[in-house]
Amino acid sequence: MHLQHGPIDLLIECDGDPDSRAAAHRAAVECFDGLLEELVEELAVLRMPLDPGAPPAVTGRVARRMVDAAMHHCGDAMVTPMSAVAGAVADEVASAMSEAARLDRWMVNNGGDIAFGLSAAQRYRVGMVVDPRRGSIESSVGLDANSGVRGIATSGRHGRSFSLGIADAVTVFAPSAAGADVAATMIANRVDVGPHPEIERRPARELDPDSDLGDTPVTLEVGMLTMDEVRHALHHGLDYADHCVDRGLISGAVLHLAGLAVATASGLLAGFEADAMAGVRAVALS
Amino acid sequence: MNIDPLEGTAPADLDGGDDKIRCDACPIRCFIRPGRTGSCDRYGNVGGTLTRMDPVTVLQRHQEAGLPVVPFATVAEEWSGDLVRRGDVFITGTGAGTTYPDYKPAPFIVSHPVDGIDMVTVVTEGIFSYCGVKVKIDTDRHIGAERALVQAEGETIGHVTTAEYGSQMLSLGGVHHFTGSGRPAGLATMRALLGLCAGESVEMTVEDGSDLVLQAGAAPVINGVVDDRMRVGCGSAAIGMFADQWAPYVDEVVVVDDHITGVLTEHQAGVVLGIEPSGIKLRGRKSTPGRYFEIAAPGGGWGGTDLDDPLEIVKGYKPKIAKPGQTLLMVSTTGSDYAYFVLDEDLRPQPAELPAALRGSVERVRDNCEPTLTSVLFMAGAGGSLRAGVTSNPVGLTRSVRAEETLVTCGGAPTFVWPGGGITFMVDVTRTPRNSFGHVPTPALVAPLEFTMPAKTYLELGGHAESIVPLSEALDEASLEVVSSDQRNPWPYGPPSAPRV
Repeated sequence: MHLQHGPIDLLIECDGDPDSRAAAHRAAVECFDGLLEELVEELAVLRMPLDPGAPPAVTGRVARRMVDAAMHHCGDAMVTPMSAVAGAVADEVASAMSEAARLDRWMVNNGGDIAFGLSAAQRYRVGMVVDPRRGSIESSVGLDANSGVRGIATSGRHGRSFSLGIADAVTVFAPSAAGADVAATMIANRVDVGPHPEIERRPARELDPDSDLGDTPVTLEVGMLTMDEVRHALHHGLDYADHCVDRGLISGAVLHLAGLAVATASGLLAGFEADAMAGVRAVALS
Repeated sequence: MNIDPLEGTAPADLDGGDDKIRCDACPIRCFIRPGRTGSCDRYGNVGGTLTRMDPVTVLQRHQEAGLPVVPFATVAEEWSGDLVRRGDVFITGTGAGTTYPDYKPAPFIVSHPVDGIDMVTVVTEGIFSYCGVKVKIDTDRHIGAERALVQAEGETIGHVTTAEYGSQMLSLGGVHHFTGSGRPAGLATMRALLGLCAGESVEMTVEDGSDLVLQAGAAPVINGVVDDRMRVGCGSAAIGMFADQWAPYVDEVVVVDDHITGVLTEHQAGVVLGIEPSGIKLRGRKSTPGRYFEIAAPGGGWGGTDLDDPLEIVKGYKPKIAKPGQTLLMVSTTGSDYAYFVLDEDLRPQPAELPAALRGSVERVRDNCEPTLTSVLFMAGAGGSLRAGVTSNPVGLTRSVRAEETLVTCGGAPTFVWPGGGITFMVDVTRTPRNSFGHVPTPALVAPLEFTMPAKTYLELGGHAESIVPLSEALDEASLEVVSSDQRNPWPYGPPSAPRV
């Protein structure tokens, strides 16, 4: 099922008996109705940077998920609840579906930020695409009900949102899609080498007058970087990703830049790193 | 970092002076800078116009190829895309190319399942010498006599044809102007039509008439003046609409109009209200009471007449009926021109200031006038060899279109297909994608054309079965342009089958 309103674009998929699937689809539609309007009511607050000591009192279903997810990061850097919006919408619709019906597995994909669920013995195999314009699957990960992962999100400069960093893609696996969404944004922002003649940036507000990033420079183009610069940028991001794993905020992350990939060492992706590195190193540094 | 996150949500443009526009497609109401899209990526600011982009084309492309739609998804086998709306991709003829004569199948013959039925769309571009545009110019102004020639770049490109409601009509182009009147005329015709079809403004002159600047979807410019309002109705209709608003405040009202000039006290609407006769005598030919034809010559003055001084049409007042001090309002049918008079001792109207009580009624006439538009319908016939690119039995296509089994679209826009021979259609050029129209040196115009029908029908009418490719393959082969489909157009594959919120 495809639900779309404004920037929200959901692809919804579930497995189960026909009655359960129908009930889940109905629940998704019901949940979706009015969701954007509710979000817009609190948009001004949701676009403001979070203060570690004072979470804003928001009332919307999705808004609360956004604030909860983003609060975990506000001690580390400037963050607004909008960093979690796509994942939080996916979480909300996915939870409405699983409450309405007994499903084998279900997923709500909001433009790449995915909330999903699995019953025992079910699996999802997740493919990763670094550049959506090229569209090829660069690597994949299998997930089952015991993985603790309920959300996946990707951030980077090929996506729909602005990135402060230069990552092609940072993919995060987390207990919720909202948590994955904000973490992916924060990690991707840190994949960077600082001011560089090959990197073109512009203030966010010049591109999108409504951006919650204000005058912060966001990345437009990345030219030629040396291999050392690529490694340096990736490891800068990986430090924060490991920090998020240590704090239990995420289960793992894979960071892609210029044909190189690194993954968090512990937990979910412990065995994954070697594969990913081998798989994508063949892609020439361009 | 200097962050003021509320600034961007303010209703007014605080930066001022730049070209950002506000989208109203969803409740977020994004501000969008030129060349950028809103947060949905579906609506963009293209040269200051809110434009629907079509990123779905790319989205669908990945799905059809069995690849993930977005960075993450299940692998192809586990993805049953049956609930995903697949009707979002439609290849238009724009840029498809063709050959002339059509000695080989059309560039794209695409199959596409819609609600379980395989549909085939034959996509091509037609090269048309038999084509032209019909232009409707909303105006009361006289732009030239019926049958007057219309010229561009000093060459004849068409003529003024019979007028329609509130508008003057031009018929431009056609095979005689393209190829039958010498090369300079042909090229001038081609350039003017191409400009009109592309939504650009085009200058032309009516023989013994007006200089025109016309642009599809914009108000016409007539002799350098933007004529931005249609008349509220003819003079008689205006009397009918406003009689009771005028009666308490003025003794006589004349609504000046090139077609029918109305006189309040003689008109049935005034009689019903019990208004005393004023004794006014007008020029022109009286039709029924209070309605006058031919009060003046057509022109660029009051109400589409050649009048600059409205009193020219007042022959005088009958002394037995009229009284000194009687008042008279004269107003044009657009409310653009008006004058107020008081009769002196000799019963001659003398100019006076319009009383405040009447000012509102004059404004109301103006407010009730619809904005004027220039509308351009492209008309062309696809009767000849173009059909051979579609089917090996060309007449089968004509019959199928006639039977309404086959839908004809022009760049995805709906067409009106004329009854009778050939496939002669008309399309509103503002509903076709940008840059839909091109030209060949002949000179002739090139326009996109798509024929959509059930696969069964296509095979029955002798379609090029061997050339049918699934939509996904066609999309892979074609280099894709961002298509902004006009929301007014019905989707060529019919209504959506999946819920949309």
